[in-house]
Amino acid sequence: MASIAEAKPLPVRPRVNRFLKSEALTGYSLISPAVFLMLVLLAYPFALAVYISLTDRILGEPGKLIWFRNFIKLLQDSLFLQTVWNSFIYTTSTVLLKMILGIILALLLNQEIPCRNLVRGALLLPWIVPTSLSVLTWLWMFDSLFSVVNHILLGLGLITRKIPWLGDPFWAMVSVIIVNTWRGLPFFAISFLAGLMTIPRELYEAAETDGARGFRKFWHITLPLLQPVIAVVVLFSTIWTFADFQIVYILTHGGPINATQIFATMAYDVALVAGRIGEGSAISLFLFPALLFAIILMLRYLRRD
Amino acid sequence: MRRKHLRILKRIFGLYLPLAAFLFFALFPFYWMLLSSFKSNPELYNLRAKRLWIKSPTLEQFQELFKKTAILHWLWNSFFVSFLTSFISMTLGVMAGYVLARLKFPGAQAFGLATFITYLVPTTLIFIPLASVVQSFGLSNSIWSLVVTYPTFLIPFCTWMLIAYFKSIPKNMEECAMIDGCSRIGAMVRIVLPMAIPGVVFSAMFSFTLSWNEFVYALTFISSTVHKTMSVAVPTELIRGDAYFWGELMAASLIGSVPVALLYSFFMDYFVSGLTTGALKG
Repeated sequence: MASIAEAKPLPVRPRVNRFLKSEALTGYSLISPAVFLMLVLLAYPFALAVYISLTDRILGEPGKLIWFRNFIKLLQDSLFLQTVWNSFIYTTSTVLLKMILGIILALLLNQEIPCRNLVRGALLLPWIVPTSLSVLTWLWMFDSLFSVVNHILLGLGLITRKIPWLGDPFWAMVSVIIVNTWRGLPFFAISFLAGLMTIPRELYEAAETDGARGFRKFWHITLPLLQPVIAVVVLFSTIWTFADFQIVYILTHGGPINATQIFATMAYDVALVAGRIGEGSAISLFLFPALLFAIILMLRYLRRD
Repeated sequence: MRRKHLRILKRIFGLYLPLAAFLFFALFPFYWMLLSSFKSNPELYNLRAKRLWIKSPTLEQFQELFKKTAILHWLWNSFFVSFLTSFISMTLGVMAGYVLARLKFPGAQAFGLATFITYLVPTTLIFIPLASVVQSFGLSNSIWSLVVTYPTFLIPFCTWMLIAYFKSIPKNMEECAMIDGCSRIGAMVRIVLPMAIPGVVFSAMFSFTLSWNEFVYALTFISSTVHKTMSVAVPTELIRGDAYFWGELMAASLIGSVPVALLYSFFMDYFVSGLTTGALKG
């Protein structure tokens, strides 16, 4: 008996040994804590979100499976359709604004300016500071009675009547767009600046000897070489803006009359304020196709390089 | 002479004025926050006063804040959660980042891809089911719910950042160390990690900032006043019904903003180099 037991593992051992010494074991053991955490707290909740969205769960009751009825109901709901539209407007206009202003700002920062680091640091501030707290400041700046923005604009003679920033559907959307642009612009500008710094000077010198000037240099050299950075930044920002919550939640709470309601704020209201958890999960999941689309686009882009 | 004038004009209109406009846009809200938090209530709500300046600065708003609210609890919660979660995520991120940057094993590429995808998943996609997961762990309404959930968005960020950093460090240094008898882990800790310090500092710092600023999870999981973090407590606890105490709100926002602003001004150089090298290499 004993001799068999001793003899048998022999052919296996070299393989086990090789595995123990191999990079695979080190690899798996070093990433396992991270993977475990992500499975329990990201993958599992995601699966749960899909399941809950197929039920009519409300706060305190497990609910039963109703398959796609939440989604069908939502697609017939005019409030939800308005949310889709609002999210679309909010995302495209802020991303476009941040992109254009970001390029301009990066071009300015790429020149020789006094106190360069201080200026860069100051410009990054909106992006660093807790959004919920800085948005509170904007809420105060847009206050219906004490709005300092109106105070300044009136003082400069740019407007003749107070703008009802948060009280009017149109201006409320303008307000959240301004604040989102304010918050996200530094990320765009600094990323673009990093991209600009990698463009070799010789290219511009060569273009100058060929007679190219200001705008043509920008159009034919800067923009094409900056394009990969622009693509990545725009994609990231599109996803994050699409799923944004705090700015709208604090500034307008989705109002007035749902004029600024976007996916995340509506999901919060439906699931956690009204308690219709199944329906709320379904709203959140509408973010998923957008995310998936972005990921596929990104992967294609990375593979091409 | 005329040419020189033209150049100066061009610099003013093409550089300084637009830059000043951007700086004004970026900084005015902070100026307004600062101003409002040092004004007394009568001055704050006086529309006839010089509103863009301050006549008699006072600490009233701060005194009220510390006397009447649980702001010390909120600050402590924010510090505790941010410190712990950035430390955890940093450690796990270094391990995973090194492995994915250096080792070859079946599935390594898939894990790299998964890191990237999870990095993109927004918190608002899963906050509803996560609330019930947290509850089933018995953690709801406790700051531990944040300690366990924040790493889910911090680890992918740290890992992704550090993969780029580790890849920029030449391989032969650690190979030499391994030939001299160092183990793989030993080489990583003694050779690679010291060289990756800027990346490690940047990721840790940025993780701290992300935790400090997080809003959705903290709003969803925590309901008691004393367990809230700064970013959620200030907008939810200091606005009572329809009454906005703007002086206190701005003072609290200032207090909540200063730690990250300080942290980042100390490590400014790491920050800019981190942002400009790591973030975009992916």
